[in-house]
Amino acid sequence: MKAVLQVQNLSVDFETQRGRLQALRDVSFSIDAGEIVGVVGESGCGKSTLIASLMRLLADNAILRSGSALLQDKDLLQISQRDMQALRGRDISVVFQDPMTALNPVISIGQQMIDIQHREQISKAEKRKRVINILEKVGIPDPASRLNAYPHEFSGGMRQRVCIAMALMMRPKLLIADEPTTALDATLEVQVLRLLQELQSEIGCSILFISHHLGVIAELCSKVIVMYAGEVVEYGPVSQIFRSPSHPYTRKLLECDPGRIKERSHVLPSIPGELPDLTQPPPGCIFRLRCDLATEKCLKQIPEAQAVSTDHWAKCHYAESAQ
Amino acid sequence: MSFRYTLAGRLLRDPLAVLGLSIIVLLVLSALFADHLSPHAYAELNIANRFASPSLEHWLGTDNLGRDTLSRVLQGGRIALLVGILSVVIAGGIGLLLGTLAGFGPRWLDNTILFLFDTMRAYPTIILALALATLMPRGLSTVIIVVVLTSFSEYGRVARTQTQSLREHEFIAAERALGASSIRIILRHILPNILGPFFILVAINLPVVITIEAGMSFLGVGVPPGTPSWGSTLKDGFDHIRTTPWLILGGGIPLILVTIGFTFLGEALRDVLDPKLRGER
Amino acid sequence: MGLYFLQRFALALSILFIAVSALYAIMVMLPGDPTSVLLGPRATEEMRANYALQMGLNDPVIVQILNFWGRIINGDLGQDVLRNRPVSEPVLQALPYTAALIAAAIIWSATLGILLGALSAAKRNTAFDRITGILSVAFIAAPSFVVALWSLLVFAVLLRWFPAIGAGEPGNLPDQLYHLILPGFAIGLSWVGYIARIVRASMLEVMSENHIRTASAFGIPRYRIIYIYALRVAVLPAVTVLGVGVGGLLSSAVFAEIVFARPGIGKLIYESVTSRNYPVVMGCMLVSIGFFLTCTLIADFINALLDPRLRSKK
Repeated sequence: MKAVLQVQNLSVDFETQRGRLQALRDVSFSIDAGEIVGVVGESGCGKSTLIASLMRLLADNAILRSGSALLQDKDLLQISQRDMQALRGRDISVVFQDPMTALNPVISIGQQMIDIQHREQISKAEKRKRVINILEKVGIPDPASRLNAYPHEFSGGMRQRVCIAMALMMRPKLLIADEPTTALDATLEVQVLRLLQELQSEIGCSILFISHHLGVIAELCSKVIVMYAGEVVEYGPVSQIFRSPSHPYTRKLLECDPGRIKERSHVLPSIPGELPDLTQPPPGCIFRLRCDLATEKCLKQIPEAQAVSTDHWAKCHYAESAQ
Repeated sequence: MSFRYTLAGRLLRDPLAVLGLSIIVLLVLSALFADHLSPHAYAELNIANRFASPSLEHWLGTDNLGRDTLSRVLQGGRIALLVGILSVVIAGGIGLLLGTLAGFGPRWLDNTILFLFDTMRAYPTIILALALATLMPRGLSTVIIVVVLTSFSEYGRVARTQTQSLREHEFIAAERALGASSIRIILRHILPNILGPFFILVAINLPVVITIEAGMSFLGVGVPPGTPSWGSTLKDGFDHIRTTPWLILGGGIPLILVTIGFTFLGEALRDVLDPKLRGER
Repeated sequence: MGLYFLQRFALALSILFIAVSALYAIMVMLPGDPTSVLLGPRATEEMRANYALQMGLNDPVIVQILNFWGRIINGDLGQDVLRNRPVSEPVLQALPYTAALIAAAIIWSATLGILLGALSAAKRNTAFDRITGILSVAFIAAPSFVVALWSLLVFAVLLRWFPAIGAGEPGNLPDQLYHLILPGFAIGLSWVGYIARIVRASMLEVMSENHIRTASAFGIPRYRIIYIYALRVAVLPAVTVLGVGVGGLLSSAVFAEIVFARPGIGKLIYESVTSRNYPVVMGCMLVSIGFFLTCTLIADFINALLDPRLRSKK
């Protein structure tokens, strides 16, 4: 199957007062058409930087050190801002974490959704029709009468539905879902996830699904990217990674979550130790300081990706033996 | 703590703060030593030399009575500073007292004081000054009363907001639980924490006060006749605008300088004391 | 929304009541014969006795205040004893001139200030931003009556581009607008600085909010994000500040009206003070405070128009 998104060797630094912070280092993965890929990792692991890089919405102090991100045949990191602007919201779109603050408070949702279609050569009536259509699909009751409503007039769950409608209205090839259910309670979470799944299969887009929640990833995704301190430490099919994790970090994540995938928790299980200072990354393996298996080799040599099986690799010297 | 981290050290690293401070220091010095700096006695009349253009003898020319403008402007700085400092101290004191009371006291007291603040704000300063001028004798005390009446509520608002946000803090709640009296809490914990925002407001408010004094003197309801004030110099300039334009320059420039000086200082203070507000220039 | 405005309106009315009553009480209770204050030093003994009886000056203060308000409700602002006419006559004649002056100042300073503030925020840390920042401080630092005097000197006396005095020929709108330019410029200038700074600060805050990131992620054009999505949120504090700022503008208007010899509340009150015509002073005071409070209500209303969250507040 052809990859919709192919990220290769992506490295991003931030210029800070304490020096250069290496927020992303050598991140590579790919997403196939119609596939849902999960990203999991503690806060500070680089998930937000990854999203911002793909959307080209990085802060001014960010420096793209290397890498490419091919959305079909366009490199999102190299094309002009103008070309990128044409892709945003249309070929690549995002649902953000907090629906309470994600929508403009003083512009009606109908207007916001019509604005997203500013590049379409269709009449305003047709734009309205499209808005009503997608709002109906995400389960907003009587959408035609809600076009003039403002975000604060919707409940949290309904707002997230509106956000999803906005993101999917243009039928993007890739949807980035940035912890779309973290701010919602458990019942709403299930509803929103089901909705995302339904719409995904109808539209046929790929989803990069970022979550703290291992259970949700297991349910929803076919592949998972495990990130730690700005690196992808393990990548592979969900079934394999959850059954036989190859990186010690992944293993710890799963171990700390005793019910594994059953228990719904909004925070990632905590692992002893702290994230390393990314302005001065320690030598050797980035996870060494928190790893029980660390040896002399881990200090001396940065581990390469070790293939565990097809489409499954881990950045650990002992990936295979750990199996 | 090394110098660069003290308040003064941080202020002196900001070029605009240094500019503001220099203007203020210059102004204070020239006011203090006005008698020595003035080339002429400020009240010295010289009818033969009325409306003189600026010259080496009279740098800013002379006014309609032949008095040296520069000397009068230097003396005017004294009046401005005197009125400014006195009214800020009085208004600040009243505001601080009412504001902490409102922020710390029961709900009804808060509402009453807030209503008082709203009411005082409804008086347009200069119009109130004119109205009171009909009732009170012309003089500095009237100026100060007007300024205090129209500006204490601003200090009060700041003190109230700060107190309210502080009283929710844990350390104050803990003190209360331990049975500390309200007065002790206010003196030990709230006052020191209000002072930062308070001084910022003082710096911003001082030039406003000085401008009100000048404005009242311009309208003839400020300083008594004959007293050198920037406002009365401006008034003389206005009355003779076609013959002596330098009078309105001489009265206006120090007023603008003083505002620029205190504004820069106030902003630098805000940056140093209240980093949250940084960028809100 | 209705209840919210009813509350604001009630608050404004009570402020008006207390503020004017307090002034009236001060006037009556101050040492000295109120009739001499009210009638001025030129009044005869007979006039005073007559007036005291007529105005109920021998009643307790509370009764006098209530009577005063009773008359006002009936549209009677009192009697201008010096010139023998109702106070409402000169006051209502003057009010439109002052209102026009303040409106002109607000319109030009808000337009330019919002524009400069928004552009500064959009071009943050560029030369444009820095120059605007310094200009803003310079504008704020210039007291309105100094600006009035200097612009009178430069543009009216020296260059003769604008008329020096008056409000223009009644009924001749272009002429009146022409006469409005210099005074409007003088009292609006510092507000350009204020508004630019407020809008810049609040724009920077809004631009870092989540909904702006969402709009960018959906490919909404940058100019639309800045000038519609962000600015509509960012002007809200500026509107409130402008509403309260009318108090300051009323004070500035006094100077502008005197310097440019324009009719208006400020000029009227100034002349009445000079001639110690207290009933007119009181009438002007009442109208100015009422005008100020009305403007704060209008600002509340505009904010509610711009901010749907306020509108649905009970």
